[in-house]
Amino acid sequence: MASPSYDQTEAGTELPPRQYQVTRRDLVRYAGASGDFNVIHWNERIAKSVGLPDVIAHGMLTMALAGRFLSEWAGDPGAVTEFGVRFSAPVVVPDDDKGATVEVTGTVTERLDGQRVAVDVTARSDGTKVLTRARAVVRLA
Amino acid sequence: MAINTDYVGRTFAPSEPYEVSRVKIAEFADAIGEPSPLCRDRAAAQAAGYPDVIAPPTFAIVVGAANSGRVTRDPGLGVNYAMVVHGEQSFSHARPMHAGDVLVSQSTIESIRPVGSMTTLTTVTQIRTVDGEHVCTARSTLVERGA
Repeated sequence: MASPSYDQTEAGTELPPRQYQVTRRDLVRYAGASGDFNVIHWNERIAKSVGLPDVIAHGMLTMALAGRFLSEWAGDPGAVTEFGVRFSAPVVVPDDDKGATVEVTGTVTERLDGQRVAVDVTARSDGTKVLTRARAVVRLA
Repeated sequence: MAINTDYVGRTFAPSEPYEVSRVKIAEFADAIGEPSPLCRDRAAAQAAGYPDVIAPPTFAIVVGAANSGRVTRDPGLGVNYAMVVHGEQSFSHARPMHAGDVLVSQSTIESIRPVGSMTTLTTVTQIRTVDGEHVCTARSTLVERGA
């Protein structure tokens, strides 16, 4: 995918939407890579005992997928200079081969100085917004 | 037990230095499915103007984790970790982290606020190189659900 140029990007430009699958295997892998071994991300018995519907994904994994969405658009993970999210609902990950689907969309809201743009991001899983107030600043070529 | 509001404004001791390695960056990139060669191939990263392979933007949570964990586990703060969920997170990068960086994190408790039966705890962590160069500011809000 060709990287977008700053000159051809304007408020209202939509980023190509993406869908990411998240399986239990991905949660185990993220736990190891991040060092976050909170049991609600891999133990269904304990997740349910604290009132969750099932094992849930790490919020930081959902945020990382949204960061990947921005980085894939910009063509450079280092281009995402500012990034903030609110975790509005958990991504529930069932114990099957398909797991959960996280759909990420984004729209440029403003052109900033320094070849940068502001982007509003939305992430949904199973029809529910899982990230809200998700806003990033991305530097373009 | 409520979170101890006497801790608002408190700055914790800086972390031990964290050395960013190529292997850890690649492991993290694999775990989130980030496909960029800039996270794995030193030559590609250098061709893009970076000193070495760079970390994805949310990698800062790994670097800051040791320090923020010390904050939330401080017995005097009174956080019931079993009842905590992640409410909000943001990162502001002066530059991407790259392999070879040696980073120190230092956290300050910005606010502790009751919201209905819940309490929010917002921590700001400054991540700098051991030479004092500011690399990233991370702001994290945890929500302790009421028992």
